[in-house]
Amino acid sequence: MTDEHDTNGGEDADDTDGAPVMEAYRYPDGSITYPGHPYGPGGQEPTETVDLSEYTAEVVTWTTSTATPPGVREPNTIAIVEFDVEGEPVRAIGQVASETIDIGDDVRPVYCEELRDPEAGIREPASQEWDGFRFEPIE
Amino acid sequence: MERVAIIGASMTQFGQREEWIRGLLAEAGGACLRDAGVSADAVDHLYVSNMASGEFEGQTGVPNALAHDLSAVPAYTARIDQTSSSGGAGVYAAWQSVASGASEMTLLVGGEKMTHRSTSEATDVIASLTHPVEYKHGLTLPSFAGLTARHYLDTYDAPRESLGKVAVKNHRNGIDNPHAQFRKEVDLDTVLDSPIVADPLRLYDFCPITDGSAALLLCPESVAREYADDYAVITGIGGATDTHVVHERADPTTMGGVVNSAEVAYEMADVGPDDIDVAELHDMFTILEFLQSEDLGFFEKGEGWKAVEEGVTDRDGELPINTSGGLKSKGHPLGASGVAQVYEIYKQVLGDAGPRQVDAETGLACNVGGFGNCVTTAILEGRQ
Repeated sequence: MTDEHDTNGGEDADDTDGAPVMEAYRYPDGSITYPGHPYGPGGQEPTETVDLSEYTAEVVTWTTSTATPPGVREPNTIAIVEFDVEGEPVRAIGQVASETIDIGDDVRPVYCEELRDPEAGIREPASQEWDGFRFEPIE
Repeated sequence: MERVAIIGASMTQFGQREEWIRGLLAEAGGACLRDAGVSADAVDHLYVSNMASGEFEGQTGVPNALAHDLSAVPAYTARIDQTSSSGGAGVYAAWQSVASGASEMTLLVGGEKMTHRSTSEATDVIASLTHPVEYKHGLTLPSFAGLTARHYLDTYDAPRESLGKVAVKNHRNGIDNPHAQFRKEVDLDTVLDSPIVADPLRLYDFCPITDGSAALLLCPESVAREYADDYAVITGIGGATDTHVVHERADPTTMGGVVNSAEVAYEMADVGPDDIDVAELHDMFTILEFLQSEDLGFFEKGEGWKAVEEGVTDRDGELPINTSGGLKSKGHPLGASGVAQVYEIYKQVLGDAGPRQVDAETGLACNVGGFGNCVTTAILEGRQ
């Protein structure tokens, strides 16, 4: 683990070139989580990070929310997807970048600078990151 | 360890109320003490289940405020916040206080004031429990329900109509609950034609935003007869957590907190799922009634929807679920809901549920916080 990984709280980060990464953590037992956590299975600290934006995923389930909180796009289609990182399954959640989506669709992460208006909701804007990755179906 | 009795219970009218949080808590707390014929002077511990009075109303410090308003000073007091399962966690804290011998008389009051906020604002207050990665994508509790409902229907080949039948059943039950927010029957077509909120779930798959409060009075069973001819005993109780990040769970249709809290409660009570005569489940969304009824062991995984279709969970069915009308019809004032669930089971096992009464000696209440993030399961038996 580098200091950079210790300080971002398991949220998405930038790589050394400043390009955004979809940062997951790998733990000593080989499992990977997104987002990362300070401690993994068995209380073990993560050993390295994995950039999920370099992988594709499959849609596990999705919903379109029409009653969204302040600062969130409406409607807001969300999907849970599963990446295959060299045989290790990793699930993630996020907004969908297309108008249609279905269970079993293959998707790729696409970067978005601001997923919701940080100033509109109850959470302190400075307390977390607001950029991240949406999922776009692969034609 | 002392066995713990519930010797009094109350709940306010649920719905859109003029009172603010202090008034709601005092209303239920005072009524509970009167129900048991116990003076506020006798209260050793006073717990308040409440998720967000600071965020909703700008009023913090509600436990101390309630102790003063009830004239229960110098009782020890604390606020119990476990989001939507604050009520169940309060039951756990109150039970612990008596079981451990720390308190001879514990009053638990759960309450929330929400309806002065818009649906959008209230949804955001509740969604603030989510992980930053979830929050920035605009995840809400209803959207978790939509994601899980689609996965459940797809995985178990269940019809969309089965979810609607949960809403129909619980609204039908709520007609006979004088405290319920909605006392009106809804038919299946109304549910299935209502506006989409989180596809495939529609408006009538969701509980409303509610003001209300409920209370319980607990003491050691060894002295319960001094206060009440009839009382209920908490024979088993368990609490557990699941992942904060919802999508990290291995099976999206299993709530580990329900499984684990129930296992502890069943073992403590020395009963199993087949021994439960009536249950109050946390139907914040219709899909949750399926998940809990399966994770509590009432039905096999993926079969909960069939039980609803076959009428097994109707009031006159083999295992009545949500005779109170559930959160769906009764309403969901966050901190009050887990307390109100136990209120209903208390009434049922004492044979005091009026037109909602079913044949019940043993009842179970399962209170869920977040989207299964925190859960408390309690088992009650009547003593008459």
